[in-house]
Amino acid sequence: MNGLKVIYNRNLRNRIHLSWMWISLGVVFVLPLSLFIGLMWKSAILLDQQSLIDLLFSSEWKPMAGKFGYLTFIVSSVWVTMISLLIAGPVCLLTAIHLTQYAKSWVLKIMAPVIDILAGLPSVIFGVWGILFVIPLLANHIGPFFGKSVSGYSILAGAIVLSIMIIPFILNILIEIFQTVPKELSEASLSLGATRWQTIKFVLLKKSFPGIVSAFGLGMSRAFGETIAVLMVVGNVVHLPTGVFQPGYPLPSLIANNYGEMLSIPMYDSALMFSALLLFVVVLIFNAISRLIILRSSR
Amino acid sequence: MQNSIIDIKQLNLYYGKQHILKDINISIPAKKITVILGPSGCGKTTLLRSLNRLTELDASVKISGEILLNGQDLLNSTEDVTTIRKKMGLLAQRPYPLPMSIYNNVAYGLRISGRRKKKFLNSRVEYYLRQTNLWDEVKDRLKEPAATLSIGQQQRLCLARGLAVDPQIILADEPTSALDPHSSRMIEEKFAELKDSYTIVLVTHILRQAKNIADHVIFMYMGQVVEQADVREFFENPKEQQTKAYLQGQFY
Repeated sequence: MNGLKVIYNRNLRNRIHLSWMWISLGVVFVLPLSLFIGLMWKSAILLDQQSLIDLLFSSEWKPMAGKFGYLTFIVSSVWVTMISLLIAGPVCLLTAIHLTQYAKSWVLKIMAPVIDILAGLPSVIFGVWGILFVIPLLANHIGPFFGKSVSGYSILAGAIVLSIMIIPFILNILIEIFQTVPKELSEASLSLGATRWQTIKFVLLKKSFPGIVSAFGLGMSRAFGETIAVLMVVGNVVHLPTGVFQPGYPLPSLIANNYGEMLSIPMYDSALMFSALLLFVVVLIFNAISRLIILRSSR
Repeated sequence: MQNSIIDIKQLNLYYGKQHILKDINISIPAKKITVILGPSGCGKTTLLRSLNRLTELDASVKISGEILLNGQDLLNSTEDVTTIRKKMGLLAQRPYPLPMSIYNNVAYGLRISGRRKKKFLNSRVEYYLRQTNLWDEVKDRLKEPAATLSIGQQQRLCLARGLAVDPQIILADEPTSALDPHSSRMIEEKFAELKDSYTIVLVTHILRQAKNIADHVIFMYMGQVVEQADVREFFENPKEQQTKAYLQGQFY
């Protein structure tokens, strides 16, 4: 009788734990879905009033007049993200190659915690660093070098700060990816008479291509959504930027600066929700594209 | 020794503070199969890898002595290391096909040394795939990734890839240890054919394999060469006590 009870208990416990897992899994699955539906719901009011094309391709932002054109914010976000990736991408790739292929093992042992610390720093610190270091650099040196008188608060400042923020993030993934490529594969290439660089180009990078794409994809999503550090240096002027030295106004800054401030204006609440929806969709698309590339190249 | 292609003199190799190879003095005869035999951990793989200088990839390895290929010292050579490596094809314990198509795996060694003419590459790829009995099995799927082949086919592909750079020597590190019996036999038979044109250095711990295909045997134990002799002499009349013990299966 006693033995039966033990078995019963074990089965019961098994079931309880299993149900916990199901619930957690459900939460993870339902959360983004409900977020999406919530944002849709809230921005529906705006979408009723204006066509999607108008919203996306007009740069007229006059909330008082009920005109919400997002082009300025979209362009700012895209520029800041792309330039930051352009800076961070090569740096990460070359650093990761050096650390995993050339450097002595103790260098990586020292660098790994440094990268982790960088990745874990609160983003406001990067923002302060941007104001204290990047802005003066742009205003006093780089701007004048190109013959421009600039304040420094600009798309480029945002991109530089952002690139520094996503470097440790991308770098960590790249290092891990390169370490999973078997040593013997490189040796096979070397023993066929390839140089180190040929081996890196044709074997290491080729083998880890899907991983590199997903690392950059994740970095891009992060950059696109990063708020506070960019907000501190990017200028936040509602004006369609036409150059990297001009101030910009990315989507996350729009939400952070205005939510809760000017909600007395009709539809403003809905307009901000719509920009959140935009962010959500863009990040979703980034993810989908990088997954597609991974799927295709791993075949 | 007559007709030796490789002569190793007073080779010592340290991995950090560990003394892996101790005073190695051996000769490897040209166009014969030389088997390096010994229990695992005796340094036989390290010895093989030092021949094409793969050991130097690890910064903590220190090496001294001479490895002479046709009388020319490889360790202190002014010659480019890639040129030295091209003289030896390497076959590893498990096949590691490069992350590219079957065709490109064979063409790889030629391409990286600047041979790009399509016609030339086509003929070479076919030639070496035929030489490894792979052509009929793969001729319709040359563009498919090499990873889609079976393990046995992959190992033959790796052999074809190594032969395509026209080496003088084939270095094989327990090349059949991951293969099924049929594929193993194919590789062994191939080696027996190839020794007319190549010098083969084969690392193994399988006595049967050594007995079957070796011409010359080098027996290693704890980083030292215990005995080297012709295959008959080695198996029928071993001189050293350790060799006798090993052949009787007293240690592995």
